[in-house]
Amino acid sequence: MLFYTAQRLVLSVVIVMVAVSILTLMLHVVPGDPAVMILGPRATPELIERTREAMGLDRPLPVQVAMFFANILRGDLGQDVFTGRAVSQIVLEQLPYTMILISVAILWSAACGIALGAYSALRRNTWLDTLSGVVSVGTISIPAFVMALYSVLIFAVWLGWLPAIGAGDGFWDGITHLILPAFAIGVAWVGYVSRIVRASMLEVMTQPHVRMARAFGLPERRITRSHILKIAVLPAVTLIGTGVAHLFSAAVFVEVIFARPGIGALLVGAVNERNYPIVLGAVLITTGIIVLATLISDLVVALLDPRQREEF
Amino acid sequence: MATHATATATEEPLVAVEGLSVDFDTPRGTIQALRDIDLTVPKGKVLGIVGESGCGKSTLAYSLIGLLAENARVAGGAIRMGEHDLARLGAAGWRDLRGTRVAMIFQDPMTALNPVTTIGQQMLDIQYRDRISRSEKRARAVEFLEQVQIPDAASKLDAYPHQLSGGMRQRVCIAMALLTQPDLLIADEPTTALDATLEMQIVALLRELQQKFGCSVVFVSHHLGTVAELCDDVAVMYAGEVVERGSARSLFHDPQHPYTQALLDCDPARIKIATRTLPTIPGTLPDLRQPPRGCAFRARCPHAWGRCEREHPPLYPGAAGQRVRCHLSDPAEDAA
Repeated sequence: MLFYTAQRLVLSVVIVMVAVSILTLMLHVVPGDPAVMILGPRATPELIERTREAMGLDRPLPVQVAMFFANILRGDLGQDVFTGRAVSQIVLEQLPYTMILISVAILWSAACGIALGAYSALRRNTWLDTLSGVVSVGTISIPAFVMALYSVLIFAVWLGWLPAIGAGDGFWDGITHLILPAFAIGVAWVGYVSRIVRASMLEVMTQPHVRMARAFGLPERRITRSHILKIAVLPAVTLIGTGVAHLFSAAVFVEVIFARPGIGALLVGAVNERNYPIVLGAVLITTGIIVLATLISDLVVALLDPRQREEF
Repeated sequence: MATHATATATEEPLVAVEGLSVDFDTPRGTIQALRDIDLTVPKGKVLGIVGESGCGKSTLAYSLIGLLAENARVAGGAIRMGEHDLARLGAAGWRDLRGTRVAMIFQDPMTALNPVTTIGQQMLDIQYRDRISRSEKRARAVEFLEQVQIPDAASKLDAYPHQLSGGMRQRVCIAMALLTQPDLLIADEPTTALDATLEMQIVALLRELQQKFGCSVVFVSHHLGTVAELCDDVAVMYAGEVVERGSARSLFHDPQHPYTQALLDCDPARIKIATRTLPTIPGTLPDLRQPPRGCAFRARCPHAWGRCEREHPPLYPGAAGQRVRCHLSDPAEDAA
């Protein structure tokens, strides 16, 4: 298990580095010179040249990437082009909002998804199973931003039950502000998780070891829990791990729609302003978190399934 | 040490299968997998069930522990075990019997154990009814792993199934089955997935432990050699029927039913004259959606004549005390 963890960690660092390199390159393909953006339309060519030098934009691309990595290692993600504040500080200010949003979305959707999937599998081919299937596929096919818009319309505008804008102040206010966005980005995942848990439960239920457990007269409840569900959740854990990336991209839309602070809102603003250091910093942190989530889900799978630990 | 539980004719058998019929509902029609099975499992003895694939021997084994497939249903008959009729037992009734009076060893040890739980935990789980402490349960688990001759048994409790070989896993399954101290142990081709040397080891182990614990065993196999080695009584099945049953000695030395004779002729271990091709029984099993009128084996039988087509043979008493479902064994035929 220790060796497996170490191996996964090294792999994770490599993935982050590759992702950041690709991102740096992609930013240069997007039209618009950051120096021009900062200085405005009336800047002299001389001034633009000096700013480009100061930002290191005149150096060859590989050097820029290398410099960026060197700075990361020193904990320096650069400065905001406009205010001169440290990017790391700005990103870390916004990060908690997004993390809470995504964590709550994952938790509620995984809990509901696993319960719904398990229920459907145990009551397969009943009308409740069919209904849950239809609803699941329905929620999967509705994009998060559409879900966000309609939930604002219904619960905030028409019914007036929940606030539509901002992150709220204090604990309870924060929670009421969290409900709609967490619902909007999580609801599709109830569908994904329940479908995969149902399918994998139906598969595990036919395995000989389940029949053997029955042959020993074990109570059905215990068979379901430790012989079926314990194995059937494994693909769902992997799915949720990789799903964090999708949740981040859904959070970008949802934060904008709900005018919520967070990485998504920060990123959209920074891209519009060609504020490269912020974009890079935000994406670096996001990539790190996504890779970390994948790592955690791999480790959870290894913890639950002894066969996984030894395959590497 | 052999327990001499000599079953006399008057002693009540552990299990009596009386006219059992089992149907499978499939989209293409109802398959009559078992038809009018009559059998007894004597106390403290080993009953072998042999026959080719698809003859219904596993279906019979599974009906003895109530684990038939979802599309199967008992169409008639009874399975008497003490005061119970296993053919009519509900889910709650079965839970009380399984793991207490009836246990089963499955065909493929590679998949029979829960892959994500340690051997020890699985052996503790099946003792959930017992009101003893965890450490006592662990001690019992080690004791039974030692009974099935697993080396270094205590350390195996923390192992996961994938860390053990197939033979070891089947030993674990046997240990688990015996741990529940069943009256009836059902073994559904427990050696089919193992190689030949392991097969003989497992059969010898089963024989030894059966005598030690004195339980009855229903041993399903298509390997005649292991059946001859292990069983006291044998039932030969063909197309969902018992075609011949009796003591192992009488069946192997003086088979009366043409199907039993053909099966024995096909056993590679019994071939005396060198041959380039292994003998087979020509033809295939009849379609069990519409079992043939008359004798089920007649299409493949070298001795079939007009009566076999018209009349379904009952179980006639055979020469060596066995029962034979063949008109050739009809005392009236001899007279004619």
